[in-house]
Amino acid sequence: MLSVNRYKCCYCGACVSVCPTCSLELVETWIEVSQGCKECGICTKICPVGALEVKA
Amino acid sequence: MKYDVLVVGAGPAGSMAAKTLAEAGLSVVMLEKRQEIGDPVRCAEAVSKRGLKDLVEVDPRWIAADLKGSRVFSPDGASIVLSEEQSGGKTGYVLERKIFDRTLAMEAACAGAEVMVKTRAQGLLKRDGKICGVSAIRSGDTFQIEAPLVIGADGIESKVGRWAGIDTTLKPKDISTCAQFLVKDESIDSNYCEFYFGNKIAPGAYAWIFPKGEKVANVGLGVLGSRSSGIGEPLRLLQEFMKSHLPKGKVVEMDVGGVPVAPQLEAMTTDGVMLVGDAAHQSDPLTGGGIITGMTAGVIAGEVAADAISRGDVKRASLRDYEDRWKEPNGNKLQRHYDLKEFFIGLTDEDLNNLLHSLTNEDTVKMDLRDMLKSLLKLNPKLLWGLRHVIF
Amino acid sequence: MLDANRYKCCYCGAYVSVCPTCSSMELMETWIEVSQGCKDCSVCTKICPVGALEAEV
Repeated sequence: MLSVNRYKCCYCGACVSVCPTCSLELVETWIEVSQGCKECGICTKICPVGALEVKA
Repeated sequence: MKYDVLVVGAGPAGSMAAKTLAEAGLSVVMLEKRQEIGDPVRCAEAVSKRGLKDLVEVDPRWIAADLKGSRVFSPDGASIVLSEEQSGGKTGYVLERKIFDRTLAMEAACAGAEVMVKTRAQGLLKRDGKICGVSAIRSGDTFQIEAPLVIGADGIESKVGRWAGIDTTLKPKDISTCAQFLVKDESIDSNYCEFYFGNKIAPGAYAWIFPKGEKVANVGLGVLGSRSSGIGEPLRLLQEFMKSHLPKGKVVEMDVGGVPVAPQLEAMTTDGVMLVGDAAHQSDPLTGGGIITGMTAGVIAGEVAADAISRGDVKRASLRDYEDRWKEPNGNKLQRHYDLKEFFIGLTDEDLNNLLHSLTNEDTVKMDLRDMLKSLLKLNPKLLWGLRHVIF
Repeated sequence: MLDANRYKCCYCGAYVSVCPTCSSMELMETWIEVSQGCKDCSVCTKICPVGALEAEV
């Protein structure tokens, strides 16, 4: 599962721009993950502050 | 609610489009999902003076620093100085985006555009297969806004294009992921923008110190997405950069963000939709600058949209003029800069050191980015063999 | 139970200042956290300037 640590997230939207399934949304100041997420992990490497993690 | 044109996103590109449309006498609404325009900042805030002056009347209230030039550092710490206004159009002024973005939105509003804050577009509305507006949510309430033409100025996280069938998803190698601190430190030179290159400092990008007044600066760095080896790499590397370059620096703000460093999109319009700014990957792949390019595109898009609405035809063929006018000179130049970026990210630290050292006896103070690249090519034909076909 | 609507909330922090149980509400950067100490007294729901807080039965 993709988890968003909202204590770390700085709501910049970089993760949204690389999501191949268009499953992330930056809603004002937080990230929403929709069911289309394939847990590919691309966004976890793009996040400048390490707020995203694919957890087993 | 019904308008001629709906703009999603109130950054500089969206505000310029909305202003241009309102001045042409059209009814226009601009949505901003945040409750404040211009905040939080996700930008290093440097712009070319000439570029800015061509677009707006410069107001001292949003100029944080007026620069004399740039200093470029190689990985081993050697440096050269480039002159004011001639460092790739990137430097000149450092803006206060929190004030700048707001001012542009207010100008759009004063020209007649309606601005809605804390209002997010959630999807496009379609009738008989044609786009006819957006579904929006404001403070938890969902409602519809009708407009035959939607301009997506919704930034790096753009959805408007993707909803309309333009794939704007960035590949990791085409995004620079960045972290920045606003820093107070005695060592900051208020007159020069500084660029630091090195595969250990900022893999596939660069670190910057852009002054914002007396002993204050935006200090940040980017990492090319495909070079990001760990979790939260930009922030970690920025903390290291602070230790090595500004150990006593006092951090009073943190900003992060992604910058498209991508090839030109094949399509920036489709029936009933136009994209501008970061949403259309219009930032410069070499420098990362995207304020002037986005604003320029906003103006062109606004003019073309106004024509299209007056003709009653918002099909792609009717909007194509925007892409044509963008392409020359802007799009073509950015595509060349993409090719340069693709080449330069392959260089080792030793290559970068050699390149900079080759310029130390040259009169770089009078050079702009183009002159500097030409000299580099002349002085380092073997190392830059791969660039022999790139026309500057 | 106290329900905070994130879509409405403008993260002003006013509600924290009136909460009689003090430790039960916190304004994180841009969202509200309600802890178990909340007594559902609803004082905060009347203070929130945008109606983002509701006491749900």
